[in-house]
Amino acid sequence: METSFILVVTIFVLAMFVGFELITKVPPTLHTPLMSGANAISGIAIIGALIAAGAPETNLASILGTLAVALATVNVVGGFLVTNRMLGMFKTKSEREQ
Amino acid sequence: MTAANLIAVAYLGASILFIVGIKRLSSPRTAPLGNLLAALGMGVAIVATLFHQNVVDFRGILAGVAIGGAIGAVAAARVQMTAMPQMVAVFNGLGGAASALVAAAEIVRQVGAGSLPSPFVSVPIVAGTVIGALTLTGSLIAFAKLQELMTGRPVVFPGQRVLNGLLALGLLALATSVVAQPQDLTIYWGLFALSALLGVMLVVPIGGADMPVVISLLNSYSGLAACATGFILENQVLIISGSLVGASGIVLTRIMCKAMNRSLANVLFGAFGGEIAAQAAGVTAARGSVKSGSPDDAAVILDAARSVIIVPGYGLAVAQAQHAVRELSDLLLQRGTQVRYGIHPVAGRMPGHMNVLLAEADVPYEQLVEMEEINPSFPHTDVALVIGANDVTNPDAHENPASPIYGMPILEVSRAKTVMVCKRSMSPGFAGVDNPLYTRAQTMMLFGDAKKTIEAVSSAIRAL
Repeated sequence: METSFILVVTIFVLAMFVGFELITKVPPTLHTPLMSGANAISGIAIIGALIAAGAPETNLASILGTLAVALATVNVVGGFLVTNRMLGMFKTKSEREQ
Repeated sequence: MTAANLIAVAYLGASILFIVGIKRLSSPRTAPLGNLLAALGMGVAIVATLFHQNVVDFRGILAGVAIGGAIGAVAAARVQMTAMPQMVAVFNGLGGAASALVAAAEIVRQVGAGSLPSPFVSVPIVAGTVIGALTLTGSLIAFAKLQELMTGRPVVFPGQRVLNGLLALGLLALATSVVAQPQDLTIYWGLFALSALLGVMLVVPIGGADMPVVISLLNSYSGLAACATGFILENQVLIISGSLVGASGIVLTRIMCKAMNRSLANVLFGAFGGEIAAQAAGVTAARGSVKSGSPDDAAVILDAARSVIIVPGYGLAVAQAQHAVRELSDLLLQRGTQVRYGIHPVAGRMPGHMNVLLAEADVPYEQLVEMEEINPSFPHTDVALVIGANDVTNPDAHENPASPIYGMPILEVSRAKTVMVCKRSMSPGFAGVDNPLYTRAQTMMLFGDAKKTIEAVSSAIRAL
């Protein structure tokens, strides 16, 4: 138990460092798509929601899980689609003239 | 390989796709594929989870995905680019709520099954619940402020800080109790409710001008809440992607604070824009005389200019003048004038907002230049055309230590040979501070609606 806890803490700390490195390289022009894209990624909570919602017995836990699936899906689907829509607007001068 | 191992490998693949996806956001050219890769990663993670041994009943899942997916797709297709901050705020809130509900489902399940969660599980449950619930209600208040469903002014009342301090202490007490006796679900739901209340209380005293910071911070919270659920379920992909989002929000929050020359504590607890606005309202236009010009005057000056820097502010978006401005800049470009846009980090209502608004109006992104990069160009620029921006051009930020915005990084438009300011009236900006730029000798004010004024300038240039 404690060993696996230390393992997940290690993953957490390393992932934070990767995150800082990645994000500082995103130019200010793309900060809004970055936020909406990151937002979609934070919908990863859907993984936990699916496990709770898919439990064999229907009870309070699985109902909470189902609600979480719905909310996280709004986040995931809406987030990636709106990011895609925004990124499609960024064009260079030559791309615009085509 | 067992099914569990295969799922773990799929999660690793999803994590790699998220990281590569964000990495490709380093340029507008590579970004669209990056977003698709991240979405693919999410798809891989979701499909893999459906093979999890505990996932056997698909009815709830199908209903949740169908409803959530439909709402998300319609919202993404319909939202106006000016309303992006609100949309991101709501989505942050939903992400936080989903994480809090996952934490709630887990404690309810474990207590129902008669097992007592160890502190290694109950502490992340508490963290996921507090951060998630707070993110939900805080985001909804931010949404209401941005959507103008409630006042954008800070909501303050006597004893507010004491009350919030007491709420925070109560939250700490309940959190400790949940860890000590997780079997008592009443305490747990009390914690859930108090976290939600605290989210409201923490965001209401923050003014509308500070919402870019709040949204960035809530973005970070939604990631950290997902991280907490990863600790509960000991699930690597949740932890990795939650951390990426958490880090993203923290970096953006720091950038926004720096752009406003404010500490995070000052943004969160300073109730900025309340009292100052009230004081400043009466004294505007009191110093110096203002020179106002017509669109024809502006056309003559712009016609003679060889270099122009357009400085857009949120007022431009409010007036829906993006297309009119792009037409004017195309017209000037055709005449051989160099035209660039100087973008302040807080020009819009969220990080990078102005760039999206201009990209939507077909402004090529290589014309959009960040503040630090363009500031050295102002002294040898013929015309700085300020449209709907105010505080971010205020020379007091450099020259007047008594100004409330002293020290804030600004676009140094006052160094340009001529400054044109397109503005509805002399009223002060969002921060409620007087702007001496308007009474400078080289400044010409173009009063009126930004869209109509810029259109009039364009037709005057064509008529020359």
